Formats: sequence, structure tokens, C-alpha cells
Amino acid sequence: MNEFVESRVRLTWPDRLRSEYDVVILGGGGHGLATAYYLATRHGIRDVAVIERGYIGSGNSGRNTTVIRANYGVPEAIRFYQRSLELFQGLEEETGRWIMHKEKGLLWIAHTEMGLRAERARAALNHAYGAETVFIGPDEINEICPQIDLAGGGRYPVMGASYHPRGATARHDRVVWALAEGAMQNGVEVHQNTTVTGLKVSGDRVTGVKTERGDISAGVVMMALGGQVTMVASMAGLRLPIRSHPLQAFVTNHYQPGLDAIVASTELLFYASQTARGEILIGAEIDRQPSYSYRSSYGFLSSCAGRALALLPFLADLRVLRQWAGICDMTPDYSPVMGPTGREGLLVTTGWGTWGFKAIPAGGEAMAQLIATGEMPELIAPFGLDRFARDLPLSDRGSAGTQ
Amino acid sequence: MLYLTCPNCGRRTVEEFRYGEIPTIPESITDPDARDLDRGFMRTNPFGPSVERWFHDYGCRRWFTVTRDTTTDEVL
Ligand SMILES: Cc1cc2nc3c(=O)[nH]c(=O)nc-3n(C[C@H](O)[C@H](O)[C@H](O)COP(=O)(O)OP(=O)(O)OC[C@H]3O[C@@H](n4cnc5c(N)ncnc54)[C@H](O)[C@@H]3O)c2cc1C
Ligand SMILES: [Zn+2]
Repeated sequence: MNEFVESRVRLTWPDRLRSEYDVVILGGGGHGLATAYYLATRHGIRDVAVIERGYIGSGNSGRNTTVIRANYGVPEAIRFYQRSLELFQGLEEETGRWIMHKEKGLLWIAHTEMGLRAERARAALNHAYGAETVFIGPDEINEICPQIDLAGGGRYPVMGASYHPRGATARHDRVVWALAEGAMQNGVEVHQNTTVTGLKVSGDRVTGVKTERGDISAGVVMMALGGQVTMVASMAGLRLPIRSHPLQAFVTNHYQPGLDAIVASTELLFYASQTARGEILIGAEIDRQPSYSYRSSYGFLSSCAGRALALLPFLADLRVLRQWAGICDMTPDYSPVMGPTGREGLLVTTGWGTWGFKAIPAGGEAMAQLIATGEMPELIAPFGLDRFARDLPLSDRGSAGTQ
Repeated sequence: MLYLTCPNCGRRTVEEFRYGEIPTIPESITDPDARDLDRGFMRTNPFGPSVERWFHDYGCRRWFTVTRDTTTDEVL
């Protein structure tokens, strides 16, 4: 698919909020919309409302750096993200929408002996569990990405990398719109500019939600609220393993196309890719303090740009065009949380932190299956909220360093 | 948040400091196992004023207490 065969996206907005739906999804980001999409298209569940306080994709789903990959650090995650990567590969065909999906290959560079060990282990583990990743040396790195300074500016020599050829990017807004359109065309109602102000609780059961525009009763309520989930969950007396941290990113002005791969370095703490418009898109780690403030900082910009320059010296000629932040729902083990909440009628998909864009199709597919069947799908069973009480966290910090 | 004021060193950019959470376990949780679970994994994640500790990593290397509005990053 491409821009020449595109037609206008058909988004149909309902004007009336009804007082009852089978399923009410809170949050019109990628995860909420994907769940609605798969509910309607795979399970014939169409009496569904998505409630969004701003516009769809106004949260992290429209603020991320769009990296799609499956090479993670625990087998459960590799299996899950590999499924999502494959769903992303077929999403244009499935939705009939051009989401600008592009396979680019992802280089994860090591500059020290320690780093080499980490990248070798990453390659071995992911190879074993089916997310194609190989360890390569500087010559091959140079072939894949000639822009990288193998001397690393003198301080960060390039010693090797794990290479994930299926690493890709897709245009984030288009993913949101494609899923919203598909859901709407199949009967789902998406209500924008509607803030959820409370949950209707009766005993241990959640029976609906309160919004600025009136109360809604629901058979099932699913929270897909990104960094804002804590406030809504607390309305049902629910405590979550979530802390909200800003994550910043920036883009440069347009540069001639040519940075074909996605370049990442855990030790330098940054990653970069080139958008279809030619901008170089650069991101790094979360701000250390929890916050709901969307303000971006000069401190982040200067330190991240400096680190990126050590590996990609051509960036020195570019200018910074835009910088922004999103509020990420971070878990203590750096893995997502999907499934029941311990309150009947209330489900959650959260903990998507700095890594959940790539998970939108598989997360939505699995949550739709859970809603439709009442059974936790095998693919996401390890990611339940109960894993903390069972002392089975899925520690995967090493995979989050570069989204 | 751009600046914090260290009681010893004065106003500095946030990059000099390390954040330290003060865990808050609701008193309503009384079961010892549930309290352990909460201490280990659950987060109050305050929206608004938050009392927290900061360590001046690249300065006097002392801890101090700050009340910060998490919605604006203003120090109160
Ligand atoms: C700068 C940045 C870079 C990133 N880079 C990557 C990357 O390269 N690869 C990757 O895989 N992931 C990345 N991520 C993470 C990814 O963006 C998120 O994990 C993902 O978008 C989460 O989707 P979501 O649907 O759960 O949340 P969101 O997209 O945040 O959606 C939540 C929605 O809920 C709405 N909402 C909130 N409160 C209420 C309320 N009270 N009532 C009604 N609606 C409400 C919000 O307006 C929002 O639209 C990045 C994130 C950021 C911030
Ligand atoms: Zn000091």
C-alpha cells in the first residue's frame, strides 16, 4: 500500500452517549482502540464504546518514536512481542490502510566488554525463542549503517552489536486511525472529548463508569489509560504497580534519506531512526522523577543530543525541530500488566511504559479474546497483575533502555 | 522540572539530583503479606502534591525533603 491509492479515512463520530453498553473501554489510545477493533472484527462484539478525554491518539500512542521489534529479555515477552510484530506486518492488509510500516532492521550497539556480553546474550536468547537476532561485528555494522562512527567519537568504540533484521517502524497516528476506522465501521462508538470521572462500584464489582457527559452501565469496563491509569483505578480502591514518568523525544529537520536502520545503544542511552519525511527521530530514557507534566527540558535535549553525536557525527549539521514528552505507565519489573484486576467487571491493560506502541496489535488481540471468552489467553497469562503477589515478576529492564 | 533548591548548595538543575521515593502504604492494608506486596510493588503515584526525598548526587551528596506538585513540577 502507498500514498497514491489511499482514500480518506472514514471516521464516524456518534453524537449521543448512551447509558449502557456491553463493553466500555476507557482511553482512545492504541491499546483501547485495538481491543475495540478486534472485539468487533474477530468476535462480533459490537456494542462497544471507547471513551477518550481528548482526541484519539492524544496520549502516548501519538507521541512515541514508533519502534517495532520483538527482541526482548524474557521468553514470555519475546513470544508476545513476536506475535505483535507479525500482526503489524499484516496490519495494512487487514485494515486496508497505509500505516507506513517499514522494516528497517535494528542495531543495538555495544561499546564495552560488558556491553558485548549483553548483546551476545540478547542475540542468543532471542534466536532461541524465535525473534530473529544475530550478533555481528564492526565490519557488518558498517555495511548496514555506514553513518556510524566506529570509533564512537574516540570514547565509545563500536565493538559489536545485536542485529534484529525485522525491527520496523510505522506511522503512529495512522495506526490509531486505521484501528479506529475499522472499529467504527463495525459498529463501535468512539466518544472523544469525554473524560472519565469515576467508576460505578457495587461491592467488589464495577458496573459502569461516570463521565462528564453522564453515567454509563457496562458489562465489562477495560482501562487503557496510559500514564493516567492510577487515578481511575483508585476510584475502585485499586492499587497498581504503576508510576508515571515523562519520556521525552525530539526530531531534527529533514535530512536526505539514507539512515536506513534503527540505531540504538544501551550504554550511550539513546536510539535514532529516520522518518519518512527525513527527520531524524531521537529518544532515550525516562525522566527519573515521576511526573504528569508534559514539559520537555533543555537538560534532556543537550545530554541526549551529545550522546547521539558520539555515534552519528553527521547529526552535528542538523537542527532540532521539535521536542516533546509523553507520560509513561512504568512498572517495577519493566513488563506490561494485562488482564483481570481483582474487581469483577474491571480489566486493565497498562504498564506499557516506554515500549507499548509495538504491542498495540497483540495487546488488543489478547484483551479482546479475554473479554470475549472470559479466559486469560495463554500468550498473556504471565503478564497478569497477580504475578506480583505470586512473586513471579518478569524483570526485563535491559530491554526497555531503548524502547 | 528544571531546578531544585538544595538546602546546602542552592538552586541547581534537576540533572544534578537523584529522586528518592517515600513508600506510602495505606493504613487500610493491615494483612502483613499484603503490606509486603504493597511495599515491594504497588505505587501511590500521586497526582498533585508529593512529599519526596532528593539526593544531591553531583553536589553535597546529602538527602533533603521536597514537596512537589507532580502535575506541574512546581516545588511547593
Ligand atoms: C516519547 C515516547 C517514545 C516512545 N517510543 C516508543 C517506541 O519507539 N516503541 C514502542 O513500542 N513504544 C514507545 N513508547 C510507548 C508507547 O507510546 C506507549 O506504550 C503506547 O502508546 C501506550 O498506548 P496506550 O493506548 O496504552 O496509552 P495512550 O496512547 O497514552 O492512551 C491512553 C488514552 O487515555 C486517555 N485518557 C487518560 N485519562 C482519561 C480519562 N480520565 N478519561 C478518558 N480518557 C482518558 C488519554 O487521553 C489517552 O488518549 C514511547 C512513548 C513515548 C512517550
Ligand atoms: Zn547540595
